[in-house]
Amino acid sequence: MSNPATDVSAHEVTPPGDFEIKDYLRLDLMPHFMCPGCGHGIALRALLWAIHELGIEKDNLAIVSGIGCSGRVGAYIDASTFHFTHGRPLAMATGLKLARPDLTVIVISGDGDCLAIGGNHLIHACRRNLDITCLMLNNEVYGMTGGQVSPTTSESMLTTTTTTGNIEPAFDACKLAEAAGAGLVGREVTLQVPTLKNLIRDGITHQGFSFLEVISDCTEIYGRKNDLGESPEMILKQKSDLRPESFGNTADRPFRPNKLETGVLARSDRPEYGVAYRAHAARAKTRGGGK
Amino acid sequence: MSGNFEHLHGNHACALAAVAAGCRFFAGYPITPSSEIAERMSKELPKVDGTFIQMEDEMGSLAAVIGASLGGVKAMTATSGPGFSLKQENLGYASLAEVPCVIVNVSRGGPSTGMPTRPAQSDIMQSRWGSHGDHPVIVITPDSVAEIYNETIRAFDLSEKFRVPVVLMFDQVIGHLQETVEVSDARKLKTIERKWAKGDKDGFEPYAATKDAVPPMARPGDGKRAHTTGLTHAESGFPTQDTEIVARNMNRLLSKLEINKKEIEKYECVETGDAEYLIVTIGISARAARRAVKTLRRKGVKAGLFRPITLWPFPEEAFRQAAAGAKAVLVPEMNAGQLVLEIERLGSDDCHVAGLNKIDGEPIVPAEIVAKLEELAR
Repeated sequence: MSNPATDVSAHEVTPPGDFEIKDYLRLDLMPHFMCPGCGHGIALRALLWAIHELGIEKDNLAIVSGIGCSGRVGAYIDASTFHFTHGRPLAMATGLKLARPDLTVIVISGDGDCLAIGGNHLIHACRRNLDITCLMLNNEVYGMTGGQVSPTTSESMLTTTTTTGNIEPAFDACKLAEAAGAGLVGREVTLQVPTLKNLIRDGITHQGFSFLEVISDCTEIYGRKNDLGESPEMILKQKSDLRPESFGNTADRPFRPNKLETGVLARSDRPEYGVAYRAHAARAKTRGGGK
Repeated sequence: MSGNFEHLHGNHACALAAVAAGCRFFAGYPITPSSEIAERMSKELPKVDGTFIQMEDEMGSLAAVIGASLGGVKAMTATSGPGFSLKQENLGYASLAEVPCVIVNVSRGGPSTGMPTRPAQSDIMQSRWGSHGDHPVIVITPDSVAEIYNETIRAFDLSEKFRVPVVLMFDQVIGHLQETVEVSDARKLKTIERKWAKGDKDGFEPYAATKDAVPPMARPGDGKRAHTTGLTHAESGFPTQDTEIVARNMNRLLSKLEINKKEIEKYECVETGDAEYLIVTIGISARAARRAVKTLRRKGVKAGLFRPITLWPFPEEAFRQAAAGAKAVLVPEMNAGQLVLEIERLGSDDCHVAGLNKIDGEPIVPAEIVAKLEELAR
C-alpha cells in the first residue's frame, strides 16, 4: 500500500519535455553509493537533462572524472566513462578531446580534485580553452576520505582536520577560472535544477573551455559536523547564510563573499584550442613542416 | 631493405620511429636530456595529422597520453629521472586499466635533480617497481641509435598487443649519440594495432579473460559505452572488492606478460657459448662491455656478454643458459648496484656474481671492465 505522504512518485515534478533520467543511467549499478541528501545526484540529474535537451548521443559522450565523491558520479552515466587519477581528469580529458574532437567531453570534478591536487591542470585547461565542459561539484569538503578541510571550506567551519574551525581562506574558483581564461564561467546551486540545467547547456554548447561550479551539499559529513541541518535546509541556504560571518571572513572580502553570485559569470569568444591547433598544423603541413 | 640511411641523433631517432610506428599523439614536459624528443615530435606530428601538446607538468603529460590512447590513438610521452618519478602515478593507472602507451625515460644521474646533463642507469629498479602496487610493465633498453629506432617501433607494437605501458629507457649518452640508422618506410612497415572489441554492447565485458590474457578494447563511439577506472575492477570494468573476483582479475592482469614472455623477451648474446666469465649489462655500459669482451678474448680470457634488450620482464631462461658454464658474472652498471640484484637472484650457487659500479656521471670504459674481470679471473 502506498502512503501518499512518503510515496515519492506522487510528489515527483515531471520536467518539461520527454526527459527520462533512467534513459541515461546504468540502472544495473543501482542502488548508487551516494549518501542520503548528497547534492551530487541533483547535479547529475541536471547534467543528464542538459545532455538530453541538446540531443547528444550517449555513444558520442565521454565523461571523465577524478577521485572523491564527485569522481564516482560519472560511473552511473550510460556513456563512455573514465574514472581517472586524483586531480588529473582535466589533463586526461585534454588528451582525449584533442585525439577525438568528435566526442562531447565532460569532466566531473570536485573542490579537492579540481582546486587542490588538480589546480595546475585547471588553470591550464582554462588558458588553453579546449572545448571541454568541467563541472566542479563543490561541497566544501573531502567527503570520501571522511571530511577533511578543502580549498573551498568556508572559514570557521569544522572538519576532521580543522576541529577548532577552519582559518584558511577559501577559493573563489570562478574568479580563478575567469582570470585563467576559461571561455565560459558559471556557478549555480542545486536548489534550482532547471536553472542549473540551463547553465550546463550553456557550458556544453560554448565552443571552448567551460568551468561550472555547482554548489552541492554534503549533508552526512559536513552538514552533520557543522550542525547545518538536513539536506533540504542546507540546500535552501545555498545562496544565503550557509557561509556564516566569522572572524577571518572580513579580511578576505571581497575575494570570497558570503553571498555567492550565480549564473554565467564570464564569457569570452577566445579561439577554441582544438580548432586553433588543427588550423595551425594544417598550415605547417602545407608549408612542408614549418620553419 | 629500403636502404634509406640517415645520420640521426638518438632522441630524434626515437621521435621518427614513433611516427613510423603510428604514434599520432605526444604530450610532454620539457626536461633534460629528453627534450629533443618532444621538439622533434612537435614538428613531425602535424605532418601526419597527429597532435603534439606541451602539458603543464609531468603528471598531466602522461594523463593526456592515456586520454588520447583511450580515445583510440597511439600515444607517447618522454621524460627523464625527476619526471619519470612523477609519471609513476599514471603509469600505474595505465597498467591496471590496461591502456597502451609508450613512456620514454632518457635516464640521467639522480637522486632528485641530480645531474641533468650526465648519464646514469639508476632507474633500473624504478622502471620496474616505481608505481605502487603489483603491476605489469615492459621495459626496453636499447644501446645504439639504430636500436632506439627499431625498439621504439617494437615498444609500440608490444604496448598495443598486450595493452600494457612500455617504458623505453636509454641513458643520456645513447640519447645524444649521432649514428647512422636505416629508416623504415612507414607505408611498408607492418605495425601492430590493439584488438578492438566487436559485437553487441549486450554482454560485452571490457576485461573478460581471453586465451592470451589480453582483452579486446572498447573505443568511445563504438557503442560499447564502457567504464574505465583505476579502481580494482571486475570483468565488467566496474569496481569491486569481492575477494574472488579481485583475485581472478589481478591474476589475469599479472599473468599477461608471463604468458606472452616469448614474444616480449629480447636479448643479445656475444661469445656466450663457451664463456667462463659473463658480463651482463645494458645501454652505454654494454657498448663498453662488447669492446671489453674482444680485448679479453685476445688475452685468452673466455669472456662473453649477455645484454637484455627487454630488461623487464627479465629474460631469465636466456640468462641462465648464457651463464651455464660461467665461473663468475660481472654486472657493470652506472648506479650503486641494481641490475646485480636480479643477477644474484637468478645465478646458481657456484657462480660468483660481482658488480662494477660508477656513480660519478661518467660512462664505464672498456678498460675498467677488463681490469675488473681479470681480477675476478685471478
